[in-house]
Amino acid sequence: MTAQTFKPIAARPAPTQTSGLVAWIRTNLFGDLMTSLMTLMIGGFLLYTIPQFLSWALFRAAWLPNFDACRVEGVGACWGVVAEKYRIILFGRYPFEEQWRPLVATGLMLALLVSSCTRAFWRPWLALLWVVVLYAVFMLMYGTVLGLSKIETDRWGGLPLTILLASLSMIMAFPIALVVALGRRSKLPAIRTFCTIYVELIRGVPLISVLFMASFMFPLFMPQGFTIDVLIRVLVGITLFSAAYMAEVIRGGLQAIPKGQIEAAATLGLSYWQTQGKIVLPQALAMVVPSLMNNFISTFKDTSLVTIVSLYELTGALSMALNSDSDWRPFKIEGYLFIAMIYFVFCFSMSRYSIWVEKQVNRNKQR
Amino acid sequence: MSTQLPPQKKSWSWRSQAFRGLIYQIIAIGLIAAFVWFIAHNTLYNMKIRGIQSGFDFLTSPAGFDIGESLYAFDSAQPYWQAFLVGVTNTLRIAILGIILTTILGTLLGVGRFSRNALVRGVCYAYVEFFRNVPVLLQLLMWYLLFTEVLPAASDAWTLGPIFLSKGGLSFPIPVWATGQLWALIGLGLAIVFNIFYLKWARRKFEATGKLQSMFWVPVAICLGGSLLGWVSGGAPMAFDSPIKGEFAIEKGGSLTPEFLSVLLGLTIYTAAFVAEVVRSGIQSVARGQGEAAAALGLNPGQSMRLVMLPQALRVIIPPMTNQFLNLTKNSSLAVAIGYPDVVSIANTALNQTGRAVECIAIVMLVYLSTSLTTSLLMNWYNTRSAIQER
Repeated sequence: MTAQTFKPIAARPAPTQTSGLVAWIRTNLFGDLMTSLMTLMIGGFLLYTIPQFLSWALFRAAWLPNFDACRVEGVGACWGVVAEKYRIILFGRYPFEEQWRPLVATGLMLALLVSSCTRAFWRPWLALLWVVVLYAVFMLMYGTVLGLSKIETDRWGGLPLTILLASLSMIMAFPIALVVALGRRSKLPAIRTFCTIYVELIRGVPLISVLFMASFMFPLFMPQGFTIDVLIRVLVGITLFSAAYMAEVIRGGLQAIPKGQIEAAATLGLSYWQTQGKIVLPQALAMVVPSLMNNFISTFKDTSLVTIVSLYELTGALSMALNSDSDWRPFKIEGYLFIAMIYFVFCFSMSRYSIWVEKQVNRNKQR
Repeated sequence: MSTQLPPQKKSWSWRSQAFRGLIYQIIAIGLIAAFVWFIAHNTLYNMKIRGIQSGFDFLTSPAGFDIGESLYAFDSAQPYWQAFLVGVTNTLRIAILGIILTTILGTLLGVGRFSRNALVRGVCYAYVEFFRNVPVLLQLLMWYLLFTEVLPAASDAWTLGPIFLSKGGLSFPIPVWATGQLWALIGLGLAIVFNIFYLKWARRKFEATGKLQSMFWVPVAICLGGSLLGWVSGGAPMAFDSPIKGEFAIEKGGSLTPEFLSVLLGLTIYTAAFVAEVVRSGIQSVARGQGEAAAALGLNPGQSMRLVMLPQALRVIIPPMTNQFLNLTKNSSLAVAIGYPDVVSIANTALNQTGRAVECIAIVMLVYLSTSLTTSLLMNWYNTRSAIQER
């Protein structure tokens, strides 16, 4: 018998590394043939375009407010247009020497909005804070107190107008939306019909037609000799418009409340308003806060439409600043990019915030 | 054993819910009627005082303005109602093309968020975040500026074969209408009718034997073959109306104006970002196990997406997608800002000429309301078709 020799079989290869940069690149960029091809195509496209864009926007750009420097052959973006015109873009037709007032007002509004978004401020006195700050902002912009000169609302413009329009219309739309959302789920047929007609009518037409209505037809609706400021008219238009969308969002939240909750409330002997106020709304509203934030973002973007009815908020102020000035008009695209960045910063941070809120709301479900 | 009835309350007490409900409704109706009366009264009174004429009779008088682009010939001697019709067709043209392009682009971007390629994921994410956070009006203005400032003049237009792109817009060859095209259309129609029968047969065969017939490529081939056959039997006309580069403009051929292009491009790119999010959340709503089960059955990622994930995600996707389509249609009204003659722009001109604000705005609202309602009806119909068939 031959002696059996112990011969180990070859060791299996070590498992491929699945962590670290190289492994990540291998799985995510060069996983298989298709992926590699896509990587090469898109990577090539990006490598071709991004340096060109960067060179135009940064390396070859002219930064000084001197339009002759921008017209030299081979110069990229002309950010001088922003350096030259930023006061008009940001504050519109507000008198030049008084522009510290909208600046302070914008700062106040931003501080108010940011603090409303932080947990430490979610107290009943936040409502009072809103009233006080809004009053202060209005007084600061309008003047006539503390020796400030009076500035009519048709001279307001730029970023403060955008922020004011968006936040005021949102605040005023909320109670309307709440009532309409409850009304659409009411058992009383007349009230339900009215609310449904309102929501469907507004949601069926574009904002611009509502704004046209506010600016052309509103004066006809009012009694003789009764005139309303164009800013207020537009504000009412945007409010009524966003209230319809917000009502649908809130209705979605109301529908998500299980029927058992309402039946339990009825068993406990709560009345309709007690049921809604103590049981249904607290749960429903907490659920829809992220969607309400999205609503606010779209209202914020929609304020750009008021340029069409000649109010000079951010978009309108830019056109006003550049259309009348033939030296700078060729560099409008840089101006557009500048305000696009402003809008982007606002909207993007709000959408990040809404994602954070969504996580907070869902936290009780994750346990 | 008889059930004991609960104690009946007096039917008309103040505490009865039904009675109070009735009172609330009467109050609501009264308030709204008073409000409507107040507004109507003021409007009529104001119009009388200011000497504003009312009524829709102006629709038959000549419009007196020209329209930059229309699907059919329009000149200023034609009445207002025809001008409005041009506006409506222009709006619908944008809306229909935009919806088709948006669906394609948005679905690609939404599916791209699940790609195994990190670069594709990143590009889709960056696209969505950038384009949905900038107002659509601003985007339209930017596109229009790019089309009218950055593009070269007509005399040195960018050329790709017979296609020209310049400040004057996009020009491309169109086939000259001849009997051959008619025959091709007839062939296409016959092919579609044939396809309906084929698909029915294929489905019956699949249910009976489990053998899957080709449900996509064969019908496409039949359509192509049908129209080709019709075209050949019509004498195979080859004549094209090609654009010619003139001294000041590009003449002849089919053309799209820069206004049209920037509205279409702007709306498509903006709305596609939202559609991508809708598609992404729809796919995410499909249970993870479905994708894993598909992988376990040996489907590759593409098949799993196409055959397993997307059909189920479609049910979640359709209602928000309808909203996006409606948004696109309504946002097409922003074309007024860059001078594309859509219905809002025409109404605006008519309003300035005749001063009949109420009527013009009413027409605009009516057009959009009917478009919105039709779209929702169609999508609801499709939604009930693709909903889960429950017992």
